[in-house]
Amino acid sequence: MNVRYWPLIATITIFVVAYALAVMQFPALFSTRVLGNLLTDNAFLGVAAVGMTFVILSGGIDLSVGSVIAFSGVLVAVLISQFGLHPLAAFAITLFVCTCFGSTMGAMIHYLEVPAFIVTLAGMFLARGVTFLLTQDSIPINHAFYDWVRQFYYVMPGGGRITFNGGLMLIVFLVGIVLAHRTRFGSYVYALGGNAQSAALLGVPVARTTIGVYAVSSFLAGLSGIVYSLYTSSGYPLAAVGVELETIAAVVIGGTLLSGGVGFMFGTLIGITIQGMIQTYIVFDGTLSSWWTKIVIGGLLFGFIVMQRVIVAASKRDWRKKPYAQSAPSL
Amino acid sequence: MPEPVLSAAHIDKSFLDNKVLDDVGIDLMPGEIHALLGENGAGKSTLIKILTGAYTHDAGTILLDGKPVHPRDTKHAQEMGVGTVYQEVNLLPNMTVAENLYIGRQPLKFGLVDNRKMERDARALLSRYQLNVDVGSQLDTYSVAVQQIVAIARAVDISGKVLILDEPTASLDQHEVEVLFGILQRLKADGLAIVFITHFLDQVYEIADRATVLRNGRRVGSRAMADLPRMDLVTMMLGHAIADTHALRIGGGRQPGGLFASFKDYALAGKAAPFDLDLHEGEIVGVAGLLGSGRTEMARLLFGIDRPDSGELTVKGKPCKLREPRDAIALGFGFAPEDRKVDGILGDLTVRENIAIALQARQGWTRPLSQKAQVDLADRFVRALDIRTTGIEQPVKFLSGGNQQKVVLARWLATNPKLLILDEPTRGIDVGAHAEIIRMINSLCDQGMSLLVISSELDEIVAYSSRVLVLRDRAISGELRGAHISVGAIVKMIAMQPEVQDA
Ligand SMILES: Nc1ncnc2c1ncn2[C@@H]1O[C@H](COP(=O)(O)OP(=O)(O)OP(=O)(O)O)[C@@H](O)[C@H]1O
Ligand SMILES: [Mg+2]
Repeated sequence: MNVRYWPLIATITIFVVAYALAVMQFPALFSTRVLGNLLTDNAFLGVAAVGMTFVILSGGIDLSVGSVIAFSGVLVAVLISQFGLHPLAAFAITLFVCTCFGSTMGAMIHYLEVPAFIVTLAGMFLARGVTFLLTQDSIPINHAFYDWVRQFYYVMPGGGRITFNGGLMLIVFLVGIVLAHRTRFGSYVYALGGNAQSAALLGVPVARTTIGVYAVSSFLAGLSGIVYSLYTSSGYPLAAVGVELETIAAVVIGGTLLSGGVGFMFGTLIGITIQGMIQTYIVFDGTLSSWWTKIVIGGLLFGFIVMQRVIVAASKRDWRKKPYAQSAPSL
Repeated sequence: MPEPVLSAAHIDKSFLDNKVLDDVGIDLMPGEIHALLGENGAGKSTLIKILTGAYTHDAGTILLDGKPVHPRDTKHAQEMGVGTVYQEVNLLPNMTVAENLYIGRQPLKFGLVDNRKMERDARALLSRYQLNVDVGSQLDTYSVAVQQIVAIARAVDISGKVLILDEPTASLDQHEVEVLFGILQRLKADGLAIVFITHFLDQVYEIADRATVLRNGRRVGSRAMADLPRMDLVTMMLGHAIADTHALRIGGGRQPGGLFASFKDYALAGKAAPFDLDLHEGEIVGVAGLLGSGRTEMARLLFGIDRPDSGELTVKGKPCKLREPRDAIALGFGFAPEDRKVDGILGDLTVRENIAIALQARQGWTRPLSQKAQVDLADRFVRALDIRTTGIEQPVKFLSGGNQQKVVLARWLATNPKLLILDEPTRGIDVGAHAEIIRMINSLCDQGMSLLVISSELDEIVAYSSRVLVLRDRAISGELRGAHISVGAIVKMIAMQPEVQDA
């Protein structure tokens, strides 16, 4: 078994075991209703986490995600409620602005050789600041389009609903999986995370890929902001504070190496689901403080990072063990 | 007279104010194997990095098929039909063998990567190199030699016009070198222009048609191999003649002293079958064997990098245990590993720090070497091994490949070890420095150091050793001593069924 599947398998195992235990305690958890709500409630997080997965796979980090979500939500609200634009036009403008923002960060990281941590930290303050320039308060969105969108859902057997938001997140994951694992762009992202210098010498377009990765991340953060505005019917400048850290947690729990180059998009989906499940469990229990979510996620993160170190060490040892002449009699 | 495929003229290149190429030119003819030669730090790798777009040049022109080109980056050069294997085998350890072969040019189907076709193509491509590996496995599960072949296969596949190989044979075995040369001959017949950089002059004479020699960033000249005697070539490279190190033998008449270290029944499952090894003071033991015969594994055990499942060690009669390399260093062992990029060089540290670090580690960090002692040490070895650097405070990563190698050697020589283990010590080191290293090792052994040399170069083993161990299938399969040591005898023993032959 290839060691790079271990983290993913561990994640899935943890998910299945934890879910089974929870269901034993609260049989009602085993229903499509719970699943549907879980998808809807975590849709904005999931969408942003897809972008974060690309960033982390490429060996970078994007701290601006939470701020960009808030910025996007507020810009959409301003464009609709104050400028009277149709939501679709507002969405297009917002996504365009966000993508430009991400591209700029990517370009600075590549051309100025500033660490991603610094550039996106600056981006985080900048986006949050601009959001406050737009408004200090929550801006409600009342538009027929929002009501119209909300009536789309798919009823699963058992009565659970996959709402527009939940469905959108699943589609984004699907596209993300294809982009990461079946396109040249995806392979470039892994290459950068593996060894940026080698990647350049092998002819990987490093500039284009770096810019692309941060553009995708900010585009998806923008989309996440739109999902959030559909969810809350408003734009709020203090929304999504710290969400970048939650997405990073989901990515790492999903088995992606924080140092880049190793991981799977599907793992992030599991990571999001695990986080959502913990929250649901706490709601079901009713006596636990919601801080337990953070404590459990903290514990899981810790466990996963330890496990990843072990795996990296194990895989190093593994190749030493592998006979050189494994299948080539001549070597 | 055919036109050159690729022709570079008046190339200048400086890093800060260090001019490393000065008015250099090279012409590559179709269907020619062109050796690019020169001392460590002469500028060979820099020149090819310029030709392939990895570096930009300060001045000069590059013509491809007679038309001026300006390779923007390596991808651009690849698209123009120039395939390259750089000196530091540059592949992606986290990706599969197939992805490494095809990244940037994966076969597409409906806009998506066609993995099935890619893996099929990869298998077909590698089968030409008699390499039958699982192309879906991650690259870093394979040895350096396999990775090197993958890199070569990739470059050959890309090169429509020009193929550039920067020390491709450094980690290959004789057999693999033959396979590679067979392929180069075929490509040459197909009209490809091939640049071949190496420090193995035998290989140059075997395969190259012409050679261009660089010295200190200047072109000394280009000559056809047919009328270039070996001594003339060496003189062109070094600027002066040296005695032919070929015939040099330092191990032959050596009288080993008392027993230094004795490994009994040392074994590690899957890596080394139980072996006994006695090392005497002043003795030079050569270890020969094919790749995969367990040479490196043995060295790692002896230095405490891997812990044996069983076995005892006595050093000077006292039982000892090696739990980690620190213990080995404390006993006076030194080890210059095979894969220096990964295990040896600390790229961001300076030349001085890299040389002083092992000595410092042995002294313990509570007794720091003074700055002056470090400077003296570094100066001494930079001079002795002729390490080309702008100064001992230059980060090691900016040194040429061979000079990095010398720094690792200097590090261990500086500790005055009682037992030194060298895994492929002179790989990538030029003829001039080679002679110097042999001289240094000789004088250390005269002072009682015992030395274990692992090498794929049988000439080198023969030159050094007072005793030769031949490994096969992770076990010591034979031993040669004194006058019985010769390349022929070693080759025979490698091929033979296990059997101990003593003199
Ligand atoms: N990135 C860099 N920055 C600064 N100096 C460099 C850099 N790359 C190479 N040099 C310097 O340029 C000179 C030529 O180096 P180069 O790598 O071309 O040598 P080489 O002929 O390939 O030697 P070797 O046989 O050891 O590989 C060296 O003195 C080296 O220190
Ligand atoms: Mg070089």
